[in-house]
Amino acid sequence: MSGPAATEAAPAVERWTPLSRISVVAAVAIIAALAFGPLVLNPDWVDKLTTLFIYVILAVMWNALAGYGGLVSIGQPAFFGLGAYAAVRLADAGVNVYLSLVAAALLVGLAARPISAFMLRLKAGEFAIGMWVVAELAHLLVNLDGLVQGETGTSLIAMTAYGAESRRAAVYWLALAAMAVLVGVVFVLLRSRTGAAIQAIRDDEDAAAAVGVRVLATKRLIFILAAAGTAMAGALWLATAISFQPKTYFGVQWTAYMIFMVLVGGLGTFEGPLLGAVIFFTIEAWFGGSGVWYLVGLGATALLFSLFLPRGIWGAVESRFPLRLLPVGYRLRGAPKSL
Amino acid sequence: MIWVNQIVQGVLLGGYYALIACGLSFMFGVMRLINLAHGSIAVMAAFALWMLSGRFQISPFAGLAVVLPLLAALGWVLQRAVLERSARGGALVPILSTFGLAIMIDNLLFQQFGADTRSLAPYLDTLSYDSWTITDDIYVGKLAAMIFAAAVVLLGGLQLFLSNTQLGRSIRATAADADTVGLIGINARRVNAAAAAIAMVTAGVAGAFLAMRATFNPYAGPLQLIFAFEAAVIGGAGSLWGTLGGGILLGVAQSVGAQINPQGFLIAGHLAFFLALFSRLYAGKAGIGRLPQRLRRLFA
Repeated sequence: MSGPAATEAAPAVERWTPLSRISVVAAVAIIAALAFGPLVLNPDWVDKLTTLFIYVILAVMWNALAGYGGLVSIGQPAFFGLGAYAAVRLADAGVNVYLSLVAAALLVGLAARPISAFMLRLKAGEFAIGMWVVAELAHLLVNLDGLVQGETGTSLIAMTAYGAESRRAAVYWLALAAMAVLVGVVFVLLRSRTGAAIQAIRDDEDAAAAVGVRVLATKRLIFILAAAGTAMAGALWLATAISFQPKTYFGVQWTAYMIFMVLVGGLGTFEGPLLGAVIFFTIEAWFGGSGVWYLVGLGATALLFSLFLPRGIWGAVESRFPLRLLPVGYRLRGAPKSL
Repeated sequence: MIWVNQIVQGVLLGGYYALIACGLSFMFGVMRLINLAHGSIAVMAAFALWMLSGRFQISPFAGLAVVLPLLAALGWVLQRAVLERSARGGALVPILSTFGLAIMIDNLLFQQFGADTRSLAPYLDTLSYDSWTITDDIYVGKLAAMIFAAAVVLLGGLQLFLSNTQLGRSIRATAADADTVGLIGINARRVNAAAAAIAMVTAGVAGAFLAMRATFNPYAGPLQLIFAFEAAVIGGAGSLWGTLGGGILLGVAQSVGAQINPQGFLIAGHLAFFLALFSRLYAGKAGIGRLPQRLRRLFA
C-alpha cells in the first residue's frame, strides 16, 4: 500500500459519478415532462398521477423522519389531518383556496415546533406511540370544531368555485410542484453539512453527539420538515377529495401506507421511498379493491420486510452494486482494495 | 355527589387499565421493546372468548382456561419468531414489525368477524349489571369491582412471582443484563420467551374484561394499546403498583372528563397523559424508559 504505486493512483473522494449525473438530469427531465401532464393525458390519469405525487411526498417525508432522523412515528396522520383541517379553516376565512393549501402546510410546520420540544425528548417506542396519542388528540380536538361537525365532516366548498377541468389541472400542478420542492429540499439538505449530521445521527446517535453534532437541533429540523411536508400532502389530498371527514384523514391506515412504502423501497436510502411510492401506487391499483385482505397484505409485508430486509429493495440493491443514482453521500474511488 | 361517583367509577376503570398496561410495561422492562400489537392481541383474545361463548356455550370464565394457554403459546412463538429477530435489528425495527403485526391482526379479525360491535355481557347473566348501592348517587358495579380486584391480584401475583421464584429471578436478571446472565447459566432466550408468554396471558385477561365490561370490534386494539401505554407512562412504571396508580389516574381523568363534556372522556385521558409525561420529563425522570433500573432497585 505504500510506495509509488499508491501515490500514482491516489484515492479520490467523489460524490458524482457519470451514472448519477445522468440520473439527476433524468429526474429533472421527468419532472419537466410531467408538467405537461394535464395538457396531454386523459383526466383519469391526471388524477392517478396526482395521487402518486402525494404518496411520494408522504414516503419521502416519513423516510426523512424515520430513515434519517431515527424517529419512527406512528402519529404522522396528525399532520396529514391538521394540514387538511387548516386548509378548510383558511379557505373558510376567505383565503384563496390554492393559497390556503400551501399556507396550511406552513402553519402546521409552525405548530410542529412546540410539539417537537416535547416529543423529541421521548425515545424509540415511546416516541412512536407518543406521536400516536398526538394524532388521536388532534383528531378529537378537530372534531370539537363547529365547522367540522364531528365525524360528519365538512368540505372544501371554495374549491367548487372552479370548474372540474381547471381544478384537476391546478391540483395536479400544485402536487407536482410540492413533490419536486420537497424531494429537492431533502436532497439538498442531505448533501449539506446538516445532511452529514443527519446521516451520522442515523448511523449512531451517541457517536454523532460525541463528535459535536447538535443532535436535538438536527432532529427538530427534520421533525418540522416532515410535519410540514405531510401537512402539504394532507391539504393536497383534501383538494382532490373535496370532502373532509376527520376519520379518513387522521386514521392510522396512513401510517401503514407510509411504513409500507418506505420499508419496501428502502428505509434510510434516498431513492428507496421514491421506488416504494411507485410500488405502493401499483399495488393499490391492482389490489386496492380487495379491501381487507389488501390491508392484511400491507401489514404482512411490513412485518416481513422489517424482519428480513430492513433496508428494503433499494438498500439490497445498493449493498450489492455500487449504484448511487441520486448521490447524498460520498464514495472513495481508487481506494486500495485491501482496506 | 355526582363527582364523587365519577371518581369512584374512574378508580374502578383504572383496574382495567392496569391490567392491559402491566403486560406492556413488563415486556418493556424485560426486553426493552414496546409491542405495538399488544392491544390487538387483547382484542383477539376477546373474540376467542366471544366465539367460545356464542358457539359452544362455554362461559367466558371457563373459556379463559382454553384461551390463556393458547396466548402463552402465542407469546412464546411471537418472541422466538418476531421479537427476538427484530430486537437484533436495533431499536426501530421492533416498532415496525409489531405495527405490521397489529395491522394484520386487526384486519384478519375484521375479515373473520365483520364490523359488528360485540360484547361478552350477554353471557354473564346478571353480573354485567349487578351493583351495590353505596349512597343514592354512588353505585359500585359488581363486575367493575371484580375487575379491580383481579388487577390487584394479578399485579400482586406477578410481583411475588418475580421476587420469589427461580424463573422470576431469572427474568429480573435478564432484564438487568441479558449478556451476562448467560455466564451464570441462564438461557436468556428462554427467559425472554417465558416473559413474552406471561405478558400475552395478562393481555388475554385484560381482553376478557374489556369484552365483559364494554363492547369491542376488530379495530378496538390500537385504542387499548394507547390506554395501556398512557397508564404505564402516567404511573411512571417504576413498579407494577405504579402501573395500577397510572391506570387509576387515567380512569379518573377520563370519567371526570366525560362528566364535563360528552367528548371529554378520551380528550381528558390524553391530556392527563401529556401532563404526566411532561411534568416527569422536566423533573428529569424519564417515563417508562426508566423501568429496568427501577425494576432492579425495587426487587433488589
